[in-house]
Formats: sequence, structure tokens, C-alpha cells
Amino acid sequence: MARTRIALGGSALVTGAALVAGLTGCGAADMTRQSSPYADAKGSRTVTLSVQSWVGAQANVAVAQYLLEHELGYRVDTVQIDEVPAWDALSQGRVDAILEDWGHPEQEKRYIEDKGTIARGGDLGVTGHIGWFVPTYFAEKHPDVTDWKNLNKYAEEFRTAESGGKGQLLDGSPSYVTNDKALVNTLDLDYQVVFAGSEAAQITQIKQFAKEKKPFLSYWYKPQWLFEKVPMTEVKLPAYTEGCDADPEKVACAYPHTPLQKFLNARFADGGGDAAAFLKKFRWTTDMQNDVALMIADQKLSPQEAAGRWVKENEATWRTWLPS
Amino acid sequence: MTATVTPAPPRPTTTTTSAASDAAPGALRALARHRGGLIGAGAAVALVLGTVLLGGGSWPASLAVDVSGPLERTSDWIIDNRDGHPLFLHFLGHVSNVVVVSVRAVYLLLLALGWAGVTAAAGLLAWRVAGVRLALTSVTAFAVCGLLGMWVPTMQTLALMVVAVAASVLLGGVLGLAAGLSDRMNRALRPVLDTMQVLPAFAYLLPVVLVFGIGVPAAVLATVVYAAPPMARLTALGLRGADAGVMEAAESLGATGRQRLLTARLPLARKELLLGVNQSIMMALGMAVIASVIGAGGLGDRVYQALASVDVGAALAAGVPIVLLAIVLDRVTAAAGERIGTAPARRSRLGWAVALVATAVVAVAGRLSDRLTWPDPWTVDIAQPVNAAVDWMTAHLYSGVPLVGGTADWAGRLTTWVLNPLRDGLQWLPWWAVLLAVGALALFIGTWRTAVTAVLAMAAIGVLGVWDPALDTLSQVLAAVAVTLLLGCALGIAAARSTRLGRALRPVLDVFQTMPQFVYLIPVVALFGVGRAPAVAAAVVYALPAVVRITAQGVRGVDPAAMESSRSMGATGRQQLFQVQLPLARPALLLAVNQGVVLVLAVVVIGGLVGGGALGYDAVFGLAQGDLATGLVAGAAIVCLGLMLDRVTPPTQRREPVGKGA
Repeated sequence: MARTRIALGGSALVTGAALVAGLTGCGAADMTRQSSPYADAKGSRTVTLSVQSWVGAQANVAVAQYLLEHELGYRVDTVQIDEVPAWDALSQGRVDAILEDWGHPEQEKRYIEDKGTIARGGDLGVTGHIGWFVPTYFAEKHPDVTDWKNLNKYAEEFRTAESGGKGQLLDGSPSYVTNDKALVNTLDLDYQVVFAGSEAAQITQIKQFAKEKKPFLSYWYKPQWLFEKVPMTEVKLPAYTEGCDADPEKVACAYPHTPLQKFLNARFADGGGDAAAFLKKFRWTTDMQNDVALMIADQKLSPQEAAGRWVKENEATWRTWLPS
Repeated sequence: MTATVTPAPPRPTTTTTSAASDAAPGALRALARHRGGLIGAGAAVALVLGTVLLGGGSWPASLAVDVSGPLERTSDWIIDNRDGHPLFLHFLGHVSNVVVVSVRAVYLLLLALGWAGVTAAAGLLAWRVAGVRLALTSVTAFAVCGLLGMWVPTMQTLALMVVAVAASVLLGGVLGLAAGLSDRMNRALRPVLDTMQVLPAFAYLLPVVLVFGIGVPAAVLATVVYAAPPMARLTALGLRGADAGVMEAAESLGATGRQRLLTARLPLARKELLLGVNQSIMMALGMAVIASVIGAGGLGDRVYQALASVDVGAALAAGVPIVLLAIVLDRVTAAAGERIGTAPARRSRLGWAVALVATAVVAVAGRLSDRLTWPDPWTVDIAQPVNAAVDWMTAHLYSGVPLVGGTADWAGRLTTWVLNPLRDGLQWLPWWAVLLAVGALALFIGTWRTAVTAVLAMAAIGVLGVWDPALDTLSQVLAAVAVTLLLGCALGIAAARSTRLGRALRPVLDVFQTMPQFVYLIPVVALFGVGRAPAVAAAVVYALPAVVRITAQGVRGVDPAAMESSRSMGATGRQQLFQVQLPLARPALLLAVNQGVVLVLAVVVIGGLVGGGALGYDAVFGLAQGDLATGLVAGAAIVCLGLMLDRVTPPTQRREPVGKGA
């Protein structure tokens, strides 16, 4: 009895090994050429897009996905990844495109210039800007709060339990570019940077503050749909000049205005056919992105419903993106 | 959940007393009797010496080691060699391939069966192993997944789970076999398994992603790291616990070692093995959402994407199927474990044949009617009403509630009056005094060996250069444990004394225990604002069910004779509770303390996502920025904290938590 069982086990093992070898091929297995197990489930062509955690990025992907599926006949997979790991995934071919990048010079050098695994996909058409914001209802009452030189005067008003005796500067997700700790130091501000830890937490907190018309100071960025719900005014920081943020410990200037970029996997950019051509031509405006973002985040439409509505009303725009 | 906690091998609880009394009677026994006093005196002397010799302050920089350089070089090497080095081409690449191919095979099978086929298969399988009631539960559960519009993601998650659980059971089984048969392996494996379970999942997502890239292979492997330990522990436990008489009989019959293993030991350990499978499944499901952070897809990804647009309703719609899968899989495997060896073989074979044929018929019928995916019109949108409810709740509870004040006020008070003093106090203490306190406490409760472990773990945190953030995290953990125990014991006692309350509480606890923590992240912030208070709240929500259950079980399990005799002596209900039930339930209460600590620590990283800062934030930061140095060091420090806390809480029959999250 025992012997037959072992023999069975042994043969199962051999079959299993043979199966694996047969399935994956003997010799070298290149991980960079593996696709998702869920891809092409119905034999259709699949494009995988990476989505970053903010709603603007969701809006880009939603519209691209809608058009790829309805106009070009692709199946689209989306994966939510943080910015830096997304570059790595793009280089490996795990995703085919990033549609909104806020500038990662280190990654650009490594993957585009040195390794050549990622190709540029051109401008998204939207310009991004990071800054410090106070709610407009507060800025109207105290107009001088919009200059950083007067911030210390208001530190008391921005105090919370979390910031101790200092004013609270609310920062967001750990994946975002921020010089705020250095800024508070070098500008000698009486503030404590409190990291919300995720954009969801930061938005929820800002909405709660706004509901009670409480003053707050927050790291925030444009384009962003939340401005439609909670109007905010930017606080002027020392002007940005080229290279003023070179030493991350001693930054004493505002954040730059960044034309947001698209990036494609190099192999996909060459051999991706219509999908690659379409994604390279995809280019819209801040207002258009905000329209879609607001439908997703505020009216709680699913990204695909929101994209469907936008596509219906803006045919002239997206027609030009389609490959001829 | 029927099997939320499982026994694990008891830690050797030899105290100095028993060890000493064997070695040298007389003097040592006298020493042992005055143990408490001696520890106290020793600590006092050390305190004075420390003040004179070492001075105050936090961990000195000269004693810290900076590991960021080597870690950065490692990560660069991996990125540069991933697509060319033989290690990747000839080994890791194949591993990754096998995972992709197997998940794909299962996924395509599930799709081919169609929704009707899968639902029928689930129902019939549950009927065969667990009876009609569970069959109905399973069918309902799968139907609800479809109704919520989550059919395809549910199948993706299920496919990934099948492969991950199979791999965990295989790996855990082999490790457990080794540990069960060899004492040396058992000793060597225990710290490894401990580490695998305490290490926050976020900390090892990063190295796994570096090697395998974003996607399913990395997700499956991270899940296996997490889900294999309970299987290994329970296999070892089962093999070690084999009845000596049976083993002797087998030996006297002239069976070889291998025959004894296959025909006696393993069959005798069937129950433990099945419980191990059950635990692996629950742990794997606990990882479903966390693994979505590295591109696992499926339900976890839906929860994660809903979080990005601050949409609690959508997150809940994707979270409910995870809870349902957990409940169905747990109940079915648990029932299978209980039924082992009771069903007569012939009837069972016939039943299986019926089940197989019925599934095939339903699947083919589904195919012919061309309804493979869940029909869209049959879906219900729960997102909007849920969001409305959450909005109402946060709008009315946040502030200005008469008499008790709003949740925001509580959060503020907790931060100002509890968390701040606790953190500042811990950070103000000289570093050597903290080590001293930890050592003395561990010595009080355990043996000199546990004391050494606890002190070394704490010292390692200092050496890694994260002393201050670690004490910040520690202060949050202590506050959360205190709140959890207060609430949990009260609820647990109430549930034990009122059967109706106990029954009403059970499903609520089930849901809280299996619901992915990402779902309640936003409500927690909406109620308590950003900061350490919501982190504490999230930890309490997560750890409470286990504490309530253990307390209730302990109090209910008190010997009825003791209760009866106390009643006959005219004790009031209150006297009974405090003088009979609670003292007799002491072991359970101690276990509740230990579980509270372990579970709270498991949510530290989630706390990082709502403004808890400290180590949790560092772990999240490491993953988000691809920064191996920050992420791994924070992870290691959390492990050390866990080790230390485990050693300074009373040792009892250890149990494994289930569905432990990030």
C-alpha cells in the first residue's frame, strides 16, 4: 500500500516537473517578457495601464481605456501602483504606459538613457504645480496669510492636537515629491509637518476642516478636482529658480510648474501598433481632466461611466487622437 | 468564524524556580523565592549606576549602524541584473513563470465554468463536506459577489488564492514535516516562523517587487511568506503529538520509518493538517488587499482604487466579497476537519459523483445559454447608500454632539492627554533605562532567556537608528492595547453572560475580523481627523474581535460546578463575576492581552496611512519611493518591537491570529 502510494507520488512529481518545463520552456526564462495571467482571457489584444493614486491619473486612464476598448477594440487592464514602482514595472513590461508623470529625473536617467527600456510618450497637455494652500474663506478674511513671510503670525490658528504647540502643515501621501520639512526649517517657520500618509486621508481631513470653516494649511497640487469643492488659495513661497531645489536638505524656494509627461515601455512603443500610436497622441487640457476627475471623485461615478460621458460630449477632441 | 484561533506549540514555560530546584536545592531555592525582590533591587542598583556612568538622552549615534548604503547597492544590483544574470534567467524567472501559468490555468478554468458552474460547484462541494446549510451559505455568498458586480474580480482573487494556498500548504507542509521529525529543525525553524509572521507585510512587499516586479508572481510569493507559517506549525504539532502507543504498535509490526510516517503519523495528524490548511487560507485572504498594492489585481485592487477616489461605498462593495469568501472557505474547511473519518466511504463516493455530474451539467447549461459572466442587469449598487450613510455619520458625530462631545474632540483629547505624554515620556527616558525596564519586566514574567531576547530586540532597534520613531510607535501600541482590552473585556464578559448578545455579536465580529482594513481607513479619518488618534482607532477596530472572543470563551468556559456552588452560597451576580468567573478565566484573559498586543502591532502600517507617522509611515514610504533602506529598516524595527512585546506579556498557550493585515 505504502509503496504504491510513493510510486504514484513520484510519478506525479515527474509529470509535474515535465509539465512545468513544457509550459515555460527549458533554458532561460526572461521575467521581463511575462504578461499578466488575467490578460487576453478572451483572446483579445490587451493593453495594461498603470494608475497612480490621485484622481487626475484615474481620469486619464479611464478615458484612454474607454477609447481603447470602444474605438480600437483592445481589452485594457489597469494596475494601481505608486509612482516610483510604476517606473520599474514599466521598464519590465508589466505595464505598457504611465500617462501622468510629475518628473522623476533619477528614473529617467536610469531607464531611458542608460537601459533604454522606457521611451518618452510626449506631453499630456496638463501642467502640474505643487504648492501650499489655505482655504479661500480664510484667505479672504486674512489676505496677508498668502505670503509665507506672514505665516508665523498665523501659526496659532493652524494648531491641532497632532502638531503640538506649532502650526500644522498637512502633507499627504508618502509617494509624493515634497520639500516641506526642509522648507519649514530653512524659512524658519513655526510649523510642524504632519504626514497624512495617504491622499485619501488628506482629502477626508480637508473636507472635514472645510465643513466647519476651520483654517488649515496644506501641501496640495493642481490640477485637482478638490478645488471645485473646497476653494483654496495658494500661499506665495520664495520664487522658484532653476536648480534652487538641488540640495534637498536646504531647499528655500517654491515648487516648479511641471508639464506632465507620458512614458511608454520601449518595446510597446515600437511594436504596440494602434494602441501605442493612440497613447502617444493622447493630449488634453486641465479643464477636461478636471471634468472627468470630478465625476469620479465627487459624483462617485465609476471611472468608466465618467469616461463614457466625457467621450460622448467631446468627440472633436478625441477623434484627433485615433490613428489614421 | 469557527476557527479563528488555533493552538500552536506551547513555549517551554520552565521558570527559574523549577529549573533551579532540580540543579541545586537550598540556596538557589531561597533565591528563587525572593525573585521579585531581587529583580527590583538589581534594577534599582543598575538605575543608580546608569545615571552616574551613562547619563540620559536617546540612543547614542555612536552605537548605531547605518545600513542604507549596502541596501541601496543591493537594490541597484538587482535592477541592473534582473534581465541578464543567470540567477534570474534560470531560477527566479522559472519560478515566476510557473506562478503565472498556474494562476492563469485556474482563472481560465473558473471563467470556462461560468458563474452558474462556479456557484453550483461551490454549493455542491460545501454540501459534500459540510452539509446542506453550508451549501446554501456558499451559493448565497457567490450570488452576492455577482450581485455586487464583482464577479470577474472575485474569480481573479479566487484563482490567485488557489495557487497561493496550494503553494503555502506545500511549503508549510514540508517545513512542518522537517520540524515534526527532527528536534533540531524544530528549534531552528521557530524563530524563522515567528519572524515571518510578525514582519509587517508592507516591509517585504518591497524586496519581492524588486526581484519579481509588479504583478501576480510577486503577490503570490508575498502571500506564501505570510500564509505558510501556520501550516508549518500545525503540521509539526500534529506529527509531534502522535499517540505514542500507536507508534509503538506500528514499530513492533516491523514498519520502516517511512511506512510509519505514511501509514500512522500523517493519518493521525489529519485534524491538525486540515486546520493548517484552514489557517493558511485565512491568512492568504488577509493578504488579498495588501498584495494589491503590488499589482495582484482582483478584489484587492478594487478596494485600493476605491480608496484613491475616497469612495467608501465602492471599497465596501469590493470588500464584502472578500469577507464572504473568507467565511465560506473557513466554515467549509473547518467542517471538513470535524467530519474527518465519520462519513462512510461508499455513500460518500456516490455523493461525490452526483456533485461532479451536477456541476458539469450546470456548467454546460450555462455555456449553451451563453451566460458565462454575471449578467450586468442583475447587479445592485450599494456604493451610493453606503456613502450617504458614512457622510451622515461623520457629519453628525465629528463635533458638537451634546454632552459627550464629537469624535474629533475625543481624538484631540486622546492625543493631548494620552498619546503625547506617553510618547514624550518614553522618548525622554534615557535609552539604557528603557532597556533596563524591558529586561526587568521580562524577567518578572518569564525566564532570564526571554529577558535577554527582549533586551536584545530593543537594543537592535537602537542600533538600526530608529530609536525615536520606534518609541513613538510603541506609545501608540500601548494606548491602543489599553483601549482594546478595556472595551474587549467588557464586551466579552457581557457576551458571555448573555447568550442573545453573544449570538448577535458573532457576525459583527466575523465581518470586522475579515474586512480589509483599507475599507475603514476613510471613515476612521472622517471621524477622528488625521494623526495618531485614527491610527489607534483603526488598531482597536481590528484587534477588538479577537479579544472579545477569547474573553467570552474564557468566561463562559468557567467550570459550572464552581458557579453552582458560589450561587448556592448566596453570591450575587456581581460577586460571581469578580470572585469566581474572572479569576478562573485568568488564562484566557492573559491570552487576550497577548493577542491584543500582536494584533494591534499588525495594524501599525495601516496607522501610517492615516497619519500615525513613525515606523508605519516609514514602511509605507519605503514601498512608495522604492526606498529599500527606509522600508526594510522600519519593518525590522516593527519585528523587534513585536518580539519584545511578546516576551514581556505573560506566556500562555500561544495561539495564532487570523487574517492579520499589514
